[in-house]
Amino acid sequence: MSSIAQKKGFGATIWDYLTTVDHKKIAILYFISGGLFFVIGGIEAMMIRIQLMKAGNDFLSAGLYNEIITMHGTTMIFLASMPLLLAFMNAVMPLQIGARDVAFPFLNSLGFWLFFFGGIFLNLSWFLGGAPDAGWTNYASLAMASEGHGIDFYTLGLTISGFGTLIAGINFLVTIINMRAPGMTYMRMPLFTWTTFVASALILLAFPPLTIGLFFMVFDRLFGANFFDVAMGGNTIIWEHLFWIFGHPEVYILILPAFGIFSEIFAIFSRKRLFGYTALVFATILIGFYGFMVWAHHMFTVGLGPTANAVFALATMIIAVPTGVKIFNWLLTIWGGNVSFTTPMLYAVAFIPSFVAGGVTGVMQAMAPLDYQLHDSYFIVAHFHYVIVGGVVLALLAGTHLYWPKMFGTMLSEKLGKITFWFFLIGFHLTFFIQHFLGLMGMPRRVYTFGANQGWDTYNMISSFGALFMAIGVIVLLINVVLTIVKNERIGNDPWGDGRTLEWAIPSPPPFYNFPQTPLVRGLDSYWIEKMEGNKEGMVYAEPLGDIHMPNGSIIPLIMSFGMFVAAFGAMYHMDGDKAWALPVLVIGLGITFGSMLVRSLKDDLGFYITKEELLRDAKGGNNNGSK
Amino acid sequence: MDLNKKYTPQTWPDHPETATLEGKNKFVGFWLLLAAETVTFASLFATYLALKDKGPSGMEFSASELFELPLVFAMTMILLTSSLTSVYAMYHMKNHNFKAMQAWLGITVFLGLSFLGLEIYEFNHYVHIGFGYTNSAFSSAFFTLVGTHGAHVLFGLSWFIALMLRNSKRGLNMYNAPKFYLASLYWHFIDVVWVFIFTVVYLMGVIG
Amino acid sequence: MKQGLKNWRLFALLTALLVFLSGCGREEISTLIPAGAVAKDQFNMLILSSAVMAFVILVVTIIYVLAIVKFRRSKIGEDVIPEQVEGSAKLEFLWTAIPIVLILIIAVPTVYSTFELADTSDMDVKAEDGSMTNLTVNVNAKLYWWEFEYPEQGIVTSQELVVPTGEKVYFNLLAADVKHSFWIPSIGGKLDANPENVNTFYLTFDKESSELEDGVFYGKCAELCGPSHALMDFKVKSLSPEDFDTWVAAMQEDVTPAEGALAQEGEQLFGADGAGCIACHATSGVGTGGKAGPNLATFGDRNRVAGILEHNEEEVKNWISNPQKYKPGNLMPSPKELNGGKEFTEQELDALAAYLMSLSVEK
Repeated sequence: MSSIAQKKGFGATIWDYLTTVDHKKIAILYFISGGLFFVIGGIEAMMIRIQLMKAGNDFLSAGLYNEIITMHGTTMIFLASMPLLLAFMNAVMPLQIGARDVAFPFLNSLGFWLFFFGGIFLNLSWFLGGAPDAGWTNYASLAMASEGHGIDFYTLGLTISGFGTLIAGINFLVTIINMRAPGMTYMRMPLFTWTTFVASALILLAFPPLTIGLFFMVFDRLFGANFFDVAMGGNTIIWEHLFWIFGHPEVYILILPAFGIFSEIFAIFSRKRLFGYTALVFATILIGFYGFMVWAHHMFTVGLGPTANAVFALATMIIAVPTGVKIFNWLLTIWGGNVSFTTPMLYAVAFIPSFVAGGVTGVMQAMAPLDYQLHDSYFIVAHFHYVIVGGVVLALLAGTHLYWPKMFGTMLSEKLGKITFWFFLIGFHLTFFIQHFLGLMGMPRRVYTFGANQGWDTYNMISSFGALFMAIGVIVLLINVVLTIVKNERIGNDPWGDGRTLEWAIPSPPPFYNFPQTPLVRGLDSYWIEKMEGNKEGMVYAEPLGDIHMPNGSIIPLIMSFGMFVAAFGAMYHMDGDKAWALPVLVIGLGITFGSMLVRSLKDDLGFYITKEELLRDAKGGNNNGSK
Repeated sequence: MDLNKKYTPQTWPDHPETATLEGKNKFVGFWLLLAAETVTFASLFATYLALKDKGPSGMEFSASELFELPLVFAMTMILLTSSLTSVYAMYHMKNHNFKAMQAWLGITVFLGLSFLGLEIYEFNHYVHIGFGYTNSAFSSAFFTLVGTHGAHVLFGLSWFIALMLRNSKRGLNMYNAPKFYLASLYWHFIDVVWVFIFTVVYLMGVIG
Repeated sequence: MKQGLKNWRLFALLTALLVFLSGCGREEISTLIPAGAVAKDQFNMLILSSAVMAFVILVVTIIYVLAIVKFRRSKIGEDVIPEQVEGSAKLEFLWTAIPIVLILIIAVPTVYSTFELADTSDMDVKAEDGSMTNLTVNVNAKLYWWEFEYPEQGIVTSQELVVPTGEKVYFNLLAADVKHSFWIPSIGGKLDANPENVNTFYLTFDKESSELEDGVFYGKCAELCGPSHALMDFKVKSLSPEDFDTWVAAMQEDVTPAEGALAQEGEQLFGADGAGCIACHATSGVGTGGKAGPNLATFGDRNRVAGILEHNEEEVKNWISNPQKYKPGNLMPSPKELNGGKEFTEQELDALAAYLMSLSVEK
């Protein structure tokens, strides 16, 4: 366990990543797997747009189309956006608060592997008899009627990856509550840390209802329970409530960290302190808070009655206020600044009009009677892609450029980055702007085909054409990534030159213990303060150089998650009734999980110490490649 | 952290569960987990209330006919008592009296096992008289809610037993004190959930 | 960057142009061409909210464009460190208060309309002679088709809803299998047909459908309900009150036997002694809902076959010989299942088509 840089073989590197509990490496794991699922989800999106390119197209069959839209939505939300955001949270948040790791490094790893195996399980459905086909919302009556195992892949896969996300949420909350460096008060936390904090709280309270809903469906489909069986007294609306009690906060789980990333970008590239930091923090908290009180606006047409509809309509409209506060504070951050249009800043600048457009259509849908027209039409498709692509995906792309140097120690090409940006942005608006009008012209969503002469042909063609642009943008980004890795030009602590927060004060990538000495934070934008005062080291220290306690790596998280993966297969095929092996597989899977939990519990794991001498050697040798 | 460091009641901190950073993290994290558990049970309760007495036409069992209070009341008393005994155990933990803590935990486990035994008996009885899991939406909701609680009891008991066996030889230290504390906290949570089950499911069920 | 901005402007211009050129969609289905009081109400809300939102977008855009143009680094200078402003309580107050006012503007009509559109209290009002003053239609949504039952009139039809203009028509919606959603875009917003409870609302039809190019309004299922969700279309005929009464009377009459040899052969085949289509499909408009297949009493009067295909004998034959091809996952048996393991012959198909096309209450 030495911190000395050493050449490692390929196998050793793989093993290192399989057992790592280092938040920066887990971030890379999230980043790679999230990116992979993003590409898969993107391919699914392209297939959807090819199918809808012209009226009566037969590129995809009806059943297959439903599987693809279901998997596109599920993959993009659960397996691409969330993990990519978790990647940035893992990579950056502990650095921003001056911590050496997260509160529970072991659980951090467990969270990742649960997500990973859940995602793999869900995607294996393509090869094992068909994917889920009831939409990403998986409404109960259709899901219960769905034949084959598609829906079971959905419920069990999301249960597993949902546990992973819940664990990650708790972990980040505790990290931010307990692990902040001296002087890092709540009101000095960078906004990305704040949004991570609020998003984690939302994860904590929103995922349990989803898990319960998924359990009900598993019990119904596999064990003959009657939660959603109307003939047996069940009620499918329960699913809708549980799903949206999760589903609406989920939107904010995605968008708040995106806001956080953009807040960092606006401040860095305007070379200016965030305007109205306090207001931004409170707006974040308010959005999170209101996020739990508006779920029924997804259910205006269910027939909940005018009182419920009116109340939820008003509650929904109120959310526009804190969101507006954010937008104006960002604008005022740019105002009076010194703006450099780097790739991350381009994304941030493009985000404002795109997200405002998505936001205002959201307020329009909050008007319940108007929503009777808009609901489940292409207007909705346009709206949520404007907020999720125009908000979250732009943030992910911006974050990729912004934090790539901190995560990998190299710079993505700005030139290719800007090419990606223009293709993606133009493609995005081309694809989705027009869909508002398709919806208003009466086109329902989730249709695998449409008849000619309903006035929708041209618009659909344009929309499909735009999707092609987005695909080109993503391909350029992938080329950019490959070229950057091949070139491997190392960069310093603060590659953007205007970094403001602690993560830019340390090497890129940071050593695995992050900070040889815990920093002392003297105000908001700690690194900026030190820079302005001419402090070459970028920080002042809260402790003398001394031994550092670090956690041990462990393979147990992977094994534990694998056990769940195995058990899920057992549970699923047990339903068929003709597979004798299913029950043993279920038992073995659970045995692996609980067995490894027991091992973890019984085995003392006290971590290890990096000595002062090793730290000094690191500092002299300039070892900043992050390996141990 | 040094596992071999010996403590006496004098050197033992007042709040051993939060005396180390690890302990503090576990403490906060566990409370957060309980928040998530609360939402979980809230979802289960809401569903149960929505599906109470709902079933196919001509359904045989409704809450007011099914539940019998004496047995459930006994179960409630047993679980409440076990919560109290786990408080005693924690009292001794904080005074670094390992033997007394183990003894009280032993009693807690015994009471928990009795509760679980009675619950299994109760379920068995229901199934026996024809109120099975797949009987109606009501039966599914009932068994899922109460059964989830039962699974929590089982997990809590396993946790206690594992901790007691693992540490029986080496006594209390700063590494395992938070673990005992959290297991006990978990036990209280389970107890509180049961109080709600007793009220919402059984009392309100019998009243109608 | 400059080049990019130019692209952006060009693109925005093109988009605006396109939207302008292609207008508002088709009047049979577009929410932008409302043909009923409910849709008009909703359209007005669309206009109101669009106006408010356009104002918001305008304000944001002005500040935004000024900010990114005025404060570019190329203009400010490479090494300039701007003043680190903390914020402004006045501004925060301003951009909290103004949105609240804007929200109030749209909140009032929202609440009013929400209650207004849900008011079905007149549904059960009876006239002095004991008949209902308002028309009520029970809508049963089934896997990929719609059944419309008129309880007061004792008639039932499917796939084509027939309603009078100029009065409130009340609907009771229920799904027979999975959840569906009932939507006639140009007449009014949608309401879900749930499997567990009846949902009730009303719509008003202000325009006779005969004035439309296609002669009918288009209705859609708006909730994903399976593979053929996209094909779960229905049509709406709105008639003047007099014409509607005539139609109801015609529906209530007994079925007349088919005329012509071919149609008679088809009737034979349709019946219990033939392929047994009659087991699922009623041919009389009299009765109540709940049959396994759509009622065919008005088949000859319809605008489409199975809701989606052109209304001609050729498509009828296509449909009968391979229903799965046109509506994947629908529940109509294939010819082999009906016809003792054999496909229908061309002659049999012709006969069935002729018979079906002869079923009419309007001729």
